[in-house]
Amino acid sequence: MQGLAIQERKESIFTKGEQRNTLTCDTDSISGSVSQRACVYCGARVVLNPITDAIHLVHGPIGCASYTWDIRGSLSSGEELYRNSFSTDLREQDIIFGGEKKLTQAIDDLVTKYHPPLVFVYSTCIVGVIGDDLEAICKAASLKHQIEIIPIESSGFIGNKSAGYRAACEGLLRLIKNQPNPIPPKEKNTLNLLGDFNLAAETWIIKSYLERVGIKLNVTLTGDSSYEQIKKTPIASLNIVQCAGSMIYLAEKLKEEYDIPYLRISFIGIEDTIASLRKIAAALGDEQIIKNIEKLIRKEQEKTWPVIDYYKHKLQGKKAAVYVGGGFKAISLIKQFRELGIEVVIVGTQTGSQAEYQTIGDLVQQGTVIFDDTNPAELENFIIDKGADLLVGGVKDRPLAYKLGTAFIDHNHDRKHALCGFVGAENFAKEVYSTVCSPVWKAIRTGGMTE
Amino acid sequence: MLDGTPKKIIERHSGGVINPAKTCQPIGAMYAALGLHGCLPHSHGSQGCCSYHRMHLTRHFRDPIMASSSSFTEGASVFGGGANLKTSIKNVFTIYNPDIMAVHTTCLSETIGDDLNSIVQSAEIPEGKIVLYANTPSYVGSHITGFSNMTKGIINQLAESTLEEPKEQVTILPGFVNPGDMREIKRIVKKMDIDYVMLPDTSGVVDSPMTGEFVMYPKGGTTVEEIKDSGNSQITLALGSFASADPANALDKKCGVPAKVLHTPIGIKATDSLLMALSKSFVREIPYDLEEERGQLVDIMTDTHFHFHGKKVAIFGDPDIVISLTEFVLSLGMKPVHVLTGTPGKSFENEINKMLTEAGIEGNVKAAGDLFTLHQWIKNLPVDLLIGNTYGKYIARAEDIPFVRIGFPILDRSVHSYLPVVGYKGAIRIIEMISNALLDRADRDAKDEDFELVM
Repeated sequence: MQGLAIQERKESIFTKGEQRNTLTCDTDSISGSVSQRACVYCGARVVLNPITDAIHLVHGPIGCASYTWDIRGSLSSGEELYRNSFSTDLREQDIIFGGEKKLTQAIDDLVTKYHPPLVFVYSTCIVGVIGDDLEAICKAASLKHQIEIIPIESSGFIGNKSAGYRAACEGLLRLIKNQPNPIPPKEKNTLNLLGDFNLAAETWIIKSYLERVGIKLNVTLTGDSSYEQIKKTPIASLNIVQCAGSMIYLAEKLKEEYDIPYLRISFIGIEDTIASLRKIAAALGDEQIIKNIEKLIRKEQEKTWPVIDYYKHKLQGKKAAVYVGGGFKAISLIKQFRELGIEVVIVGTQTGSQAEYQTIGDLVQQGTVIFDDTNPAELENFIIDKGADLLVGGVKDRPLAYKLGTAFIDHNHDRKHALCGFVGAENFAKEVYSTVCSPVWKAIRTGGMTE
Repeated sequence: MLDGTPKKIIERHSGGVINPAKTCQPIGAMYAALGLHGCLPHSHGSQGCCSYHRMHLTRHFRDPIMASSSSFTEGASVFGGGANLKTSIKNVFTIYNPDIMAVHTTCLSETIGDDLNSIVQSAEIPEGKIVLYANTPSYVGSHITGFSNMTKGIINQLAESTLEEPKEQVTILPGFVNPGDMREIKRIVKKMDIDYVMLPDTSGVVDSPMTGEFVMYPKGGTTVEEIKDSGNSQITLALGSFASADPANALDKKCGVPAKVLHTPIGIKATDSLLMALSKSFVREIPYDLEEERGQLVDIMTDTHFHFHGKKVAIFGDPDIVISLTEFVLSLGMKPVHVLTGTPGKSFENEINKMLTEAGIEGNVKAAGDLFTLHQWIKNLPVDLLIGNTYGKYIARAEDIPFVRIGFPILDRSVHSYLPVVGYKGAIRIIEMISNALLDRADRDAKDEDFELVM
């Protein structure tokens, strides 16, 4: 296999049934590979960007701000400030003499213009090298403007995307811990949703389920959240964590500092949605909520299964490849594809943990290829070798899949429909069908103009 | 949506940017390198840079964009990235086996002072393979500067003058345009029956056909032989001064090929200039086919001029494109009252101001501007049409203005990269886009009694 020419990569790939069930993960990408991974800044930015009323100021040359301008796909029910792109646009002079003065002025300009309650200042690669003291500048500006201005240490080279998630969580924690007034007591049956970013309105779907059974969603970190809401984080009696890769650290910290227990949940696929709802009910221990949740599950299933079965009939026996950011999502997707009669034959993640790969290994059939991080050459070989009909991936994988004549679904920022909960399962089934069974593939396979 | 932009213009002191109209050098370098045959662009910096550039280019072209990264870690930023680059060179040729690896720097590798020349000189490069490089600090210029620097680097490292007398051949530097534009320029040069080298040439690379297979190095791109041979040309036509003047001058300096800098051939006047330059340099008659196309364009301009006359337009984007577009809309009788580029450069302002003065139009003109500024201008002096890249959609929505997408990037529409905006055909296409935008709006807004069948 051409892709395996990188010796170091061998430790990061295995085939179930053929080799030992462990693989190396959470390593840095190899120099010279066409890695799909992003950087620390990217990790921090994607986690914090959905905070709607904050100014997200990128301290660095223009690129980092340009590429992240409104690409998150997270929706807001209120402010739209987060959809702008703010940069200090560092120039050569600033690299030589330092960018501190420019940063201070940029904060002054933006605060005067927009009067935000909150500013995040992201450091980029170059800031880590020229040594601007972000902490000191943000502190001074904060005093001057009497609002919170939080530095995010996200220089690109200090780690991978996971390090950026951590930096974002540190920023959130700072915001949560800085409480001008005493924190009100915890509220019963009130929870926070961590690691959901309201892509295609997904937070709102989860929120509607919770409200229907009598649970109050206090704040979502960070989908459709605001400064005021985030401040109220400590009043919840339970945290539920959807995207664990980005938020488990914060969940741990909130448990330590505020004694809020947390549950890992996943609203991807019917099986995991039901399991998650029951887990939440059990954790809250409220008889009425338990009853309500069972009723909701019954009602939603009545609507959803006929739709799923309709598509299952058409999709039975197809094979899928999954390459997503986190391990937990990969696990849910394997189960969800089974609901549609589809086996996952290739599965990989960018930031999965050892334990998650173990679970994946237990879940999949013999012969399934499992890998940590990848490059296009490898991915191509896997898809061809395993005869996958569909790839679930991110932006850069879409045209690659299409070129191979393989159907594609974006389960990342470019998703077009909500993919969580019961309604998300219906959307997912419809989307899988519309791409796998599209007539366009016939144009390739019927081989051109020879009659 | 982004209607938070205030009408009142308060001076900004920081030099910071709100809603950029440019991006950084490395992505331009990556795009230029994709225009070489069998080339893998390589980003010497953190892996995020490479990831972002590939993502952005993927969204614009909707084709696989391959590039590798040095994947800097903390160690590299302290001890220099030399070791990362040498490992990268080894791995790239072992795994991906390109003919050429084209390395560009990033703000990080520039600031820690990696000397690409000495690193590449001392690296082990397999027999017959080529490693090119260009310095593309993100904190200077814009993506257009990066495109220009990579093109210059390619010329400096590969072009050769091997003949006593130059060949009857033109070297065409197309600038940062779509593959559809490059194809159209080549078609025109072929119609003129002139041999050419186009550098770079992304056609057949980022608009490659569907075959059911993924090809890492598609058929297109300027070959090494062609790049070498560019030094034997009789003349270089640099299309667009921002993207192409520097590399053209480099070819003159290195191989003595005289450079002529023209506008990007968008619109009737700029296309005429290209044809006249070819015709004069190579003593060729303009073939009837091209005369016919020009005649059709003029016919269409006259057929439609009443839709355009006096309409106020705002144009933004990359400098070479915006200069030519401004010239073209003036020739249609429109009034470009706001003209802006994110790329720094006084010559942009001078050139646009000269055009506006000649046309007797007072307008706002700015280089190194941002879309916040453009939006404020529009709030203070509304326009009938906005022309620019995808990011204009926020302003178009907030102000309810018809919007025509031309430039880079276009992330929310497809097909744009396959069809030209250059040449007479491209000008006809632009007229179609503008008049459709204006007339669709007129239809949408017309009261029942004003709604007309014939327009």
